[in-house]
Amino acid sequence: MSVLSAYFAALHRDLLLVMRRKTEVLTALFFFVIVTTLLPLGIGPEPDLLRKIAPGAMWIAALLATLLGLQRLFAADYADGTLEQMVLSPEPLSVLVAGKITAHWLVCGLPLVLLAPVIGLQFDLPTDAIGILMLTLLIGTPLLSLLGAIGAALTLGARGSALLVSLLVLPLYIPTLIFGAGAVESYIAGLGAMGHFSLLGALLILAAAFAPWATTAALRISLE
Amino acid sequence: MINLFKYSAPSTFYPLAGKLVPIFWTLAAILGAIGLYISFFVAPTDAQQGQGYRIIFIHVPASWMSMFIYCIMAFWSLLGLTFNTRLSGMMTSALAPTGALFAFLSLWTGALWGKPMWGAWWVWDARLTSELILFFLYIGFIALQAAIDDPRRADRAGALLSLVGVVNVPIIYFSVKWWNTLHQGASVSLTKSPSMASTMLWGMLVMALAFWAYTIAVALMRARTIMLEREGNTEWVHHLPDVKEAA
Repeated sequence: MSVLSAYFAALHRDLLLVMRRKTEVLTALFFFVIVTTLLPLGIGPEPDLLRKIAPGAMWIAALLATLLGLQRLFAADYADGTLEQMVLSPEPLSVLVAGKITAHWLVCGLPLVLLAPVIGLQFDLPTDAIGILMLTLLIGTPLLSLLGAIGAALTLGARGSALLVSLLVLPLYIPTLIFGAGAVESYIAGLGAMGHFSLLGALLILAAAFAPWATTAALRISLE
Repeated sequence: MINLFKYSAPSTFYPLAGKLVPIFWTLAAILGAIGLYISFFVAPTDAQQGQGYRIIFIHVPASWMSMFIYCIMAFWSLLGLTFNTRLSGMMTSALAPTGALFAFLSLWTGALWGKPMWGAWWVWDARLTSELILFFLYIGFIALQAAIDDPRRADRAGALLSLVGVVNVPIIYFSVKWWNTLHQGASVSLTKSPSMASTMLWGMLVMALAFWAYTIAVALMRARTIMLEREGNTEWVHHLPDVKEAA
């Protein structure tokens, strides 16, 4: 089995598992919708204010929604022993982990990107700003999945791991939040978002290179 | 040259640490007394900031230490993961609370300094914000270690986390800095402060050395406790004079 087919096998398996239990995905998705709905209710319905907070609000909701799914990334496989089989398999573990992370993004990240325009309209964002927001989410949400996987692997089997993950991972999400929300803000301000996009892309490449590797190391620690 | 690896085992390190602790406590006390004397009596009153500026003699060294300690933790973590030594993990977890303490101290004194100088307890300056995030990273490390029951696993998980953290700290710092320049909220620049009198610099340096000595003393004490706790059923612990007397 080549490395690529191992990657797709892991990806396919996780997606299949999700398709069998769709509610979990929908829960994270509706969490995103509900959080973004709460904000105008808490802050007030003035369109100017909403337009101003929209990028940040939606990005924070996206961070939290991604966190919800992280718990599922390895926990079930750890509980039923599948993860140990993966560690023992002749295929490199980092490739299988990369497949699982991709599946997590397809399930938890991509729907947020597709849902963003609807929420953006609720916040009265102009159409072109919504396009920029979708692009930042498209580059940024894989980054969230990659970084989150490290935290999920580290807290595997630890007490209170659901809360612990957020404590470990949220500080690491700060650069993504800043550049993601900042891109939209600076676009609205007429400054152009190219710099933000370049930095987000650079972070994504860095994380894609190192996060599966770090996650693998963390999984080995958790399983020893 | 002394063989450093000899002291990488807890049984040999424990007595060495026991000898070093009083030395570093004395150093900390002496340097702290000198540093405080310089900062209260020798250093001139600042022309713009009056007496209130004197809190920087605590604030700046505390900020330095909070950053240094994270780097030292990352160093021990790397050592622990590569050589698989028990002592490295113990040192990392012994340093973490002190690092968190200094990060908190730096934030707290910063707020006390900021109120009379800038008229605000808190501004979203790049340095303040990244110091706060550093504090979160310390808390995350401590929480992770506390949540894992097996000490060896806790050490290795903590080591990986601190390495991930140390890679991220510069990224976080520059992203916050850029975010700050984009927003231009606070017009306070800490970097463009007026040139400092040399006595002020000396005061800060001596205080920083005192904090160093304090950190080493406290970390060694904590490491000794961790050693006793984890190795309680080993031969060398039972042969320790203190343990024998108590038994």
